[in-house]
Amino acid sequence: MLRIENLRAETAGKEILKGLSLEINAGEVHAIMGPNGAGKSTLAHVLGGKPGYEVTAGSVEFRGEDLFELEPHERAAAGLFLGFQYPVEIPGVSNLQFLREALNAQRKVRGEEALSGGEFLKLAKEKASLLRMDMEMLKRQVNVGFSGGEKKRAEMVQMGILSPAFAVLDETDSGLDIDALRVVGEGINAIMRGPDKGVLLITHYQRLLDVVKPDKVSVLADGRIVETGGPELAVRLENEGYDAVMAEAAA
Amino acid sequence: MGELATLPTRRDEAWRYADISAVEALGLEAINDWRVLNIAAGETHRETFVLDSAAAPATRLQVTVGAGARAEFFAVNASNGSARLEVEVTLAKGAHFEFGGVTIGGGDATREFVTKTVHAEPDATSNQTVRAVHWGTATGNFLGEINVVRHAQKTDAAQDFKALLLEKGASANAVPQLEIFADDVKCAHGATVGQLDENARYYMAARGIVPDMAQRLLVQAFIGDALVEMGDDAAQSELLDAALAALEKSAL
Repeated sequence: MLRIENLRAETAGKEILKGLSLEINAGEVHAIMGPNGAGKSTLAHVLGGKPGYEVTAGSVEFRGEDLFELEPHERAAAGLFLGFQYPVEIPGVSNLQFLREALNAQRKVRGEEALSGGEFLKLAKEKASLLRMDMEMLKRQVNVGFSGGEKKRAEMVQMGILSPAFAVLDETDSGLDIDALRVVGEGINAIMRGPDKGVLLITHYQRLLDVVKPDKVSVLADGRIVETGGPELAVRLENEGYDAVMAEAAA
Repeated sequence: MGELATLPTRRDEAWRYADISAVEALGLEAINDWRVLNIAAGETHRETFVLDSAAAPATRLQVTVGAGARAEFFAVNASNGSARLEVEVTLAKGAHFEFGGVTIGGGDATREFVTKTVHAEPDATSNQTVRAVHWGTATGNFLGEINVVRHAQKTDAAQDFKALLLEKGASANAVPQLEIFADDVKCAHGATVGQLDENARYYMAARGIVPDMAQRLLVQAFIGDALVEMGDDAAQSELLDAALAALEKSAL
């Protein structure tokens, strides 16, 4: 579904991704773990097409298309969702307006009819309750005045409404308390588990992976994938630390 | 209400950033033609202005607001050529002046609001919110003079200006001018000039919103501040639409 080959990318003149290869098939949840500064967030930004990140080599194929041929909004319409580590505040624009514009823009590209106000509200209500978020929150301005945890929950409501084929979730678990982590994890399962869906889950901690059970786990260090394994790899990382596991991989 | 004997020049403080050639073309007589409005004590007068393709280079209005009365003006300056709306307000005891203004547009026009607010008696309040959105080599100006006379205690005056420049070459000028001769007053003013928030644009794109729509939503949110005091009514959406129409006509 997503095939990354020998990807090299830099930002502010510094090479961060140094030949990263990774393949995620439909039906898979693939967790990426790694120490600070390994390039995890850079990978998410490069896949999303954030300005300021330059791809210098390699390729990314997404659902049979060259991802880098697409503008950021076209990537979204093609089914890619990027869950932000730091969701952006947009004063003056309500969540409902933002999401309705987003959903209808995506539907237009796919040749589908725009949802009416009533249809959209029904969908929004359903997804908000899945994430146990009060509908009143969705009437408020995008992420303005939301706590860290509320922002992450709102991201998942957005994902539920947009129903993407593939999600790149960048530290969606950071800033969540234990209860919220479970709600968000179960939300990811409900929205993104399916034979034709895929998830790239970037995280620091095993905690989220207890709820969202990954099919594969990879370790990203210094811009490359240094090891890939099953869910047991995440447990080992949690117990032994990155240094020990990476030293073993290098040996 | 100054009666000008000669055409204004850029040496005159109130005309410093004006499009002088447009003003000269208008002629002295038209410039000196002030509309006069007296709002009786306790009354509320609300008026909206849309300066569009047919707008005169200068529209001038002199208003006296009686005790406890309210003057509420909301204006969109989306003229094709240069246009200036000038309002002089004199506030009696406990009166209020509300001004919400949007200048928006491209080309090489100068779109401006010029206000002079005289707090002539105690307890009067004024609140002015102006937003400017420009591209091309256009200019947006807000010159706001506030005079608080002696004994006009408990005056509460606020002025807030923000400009959004969508392209290199566009500019904005903010000239707050405060003259305060009373000692128990609140006068606040602020001015910022900036560009569209790149992070917000990227965030919107990541959700599938096309760049034109993202820009429209962000501009709409930005200028909304100036019209929020209107409350959520049809007149507000009319002004908002007039402002956004200028954005849509542009090839940005």
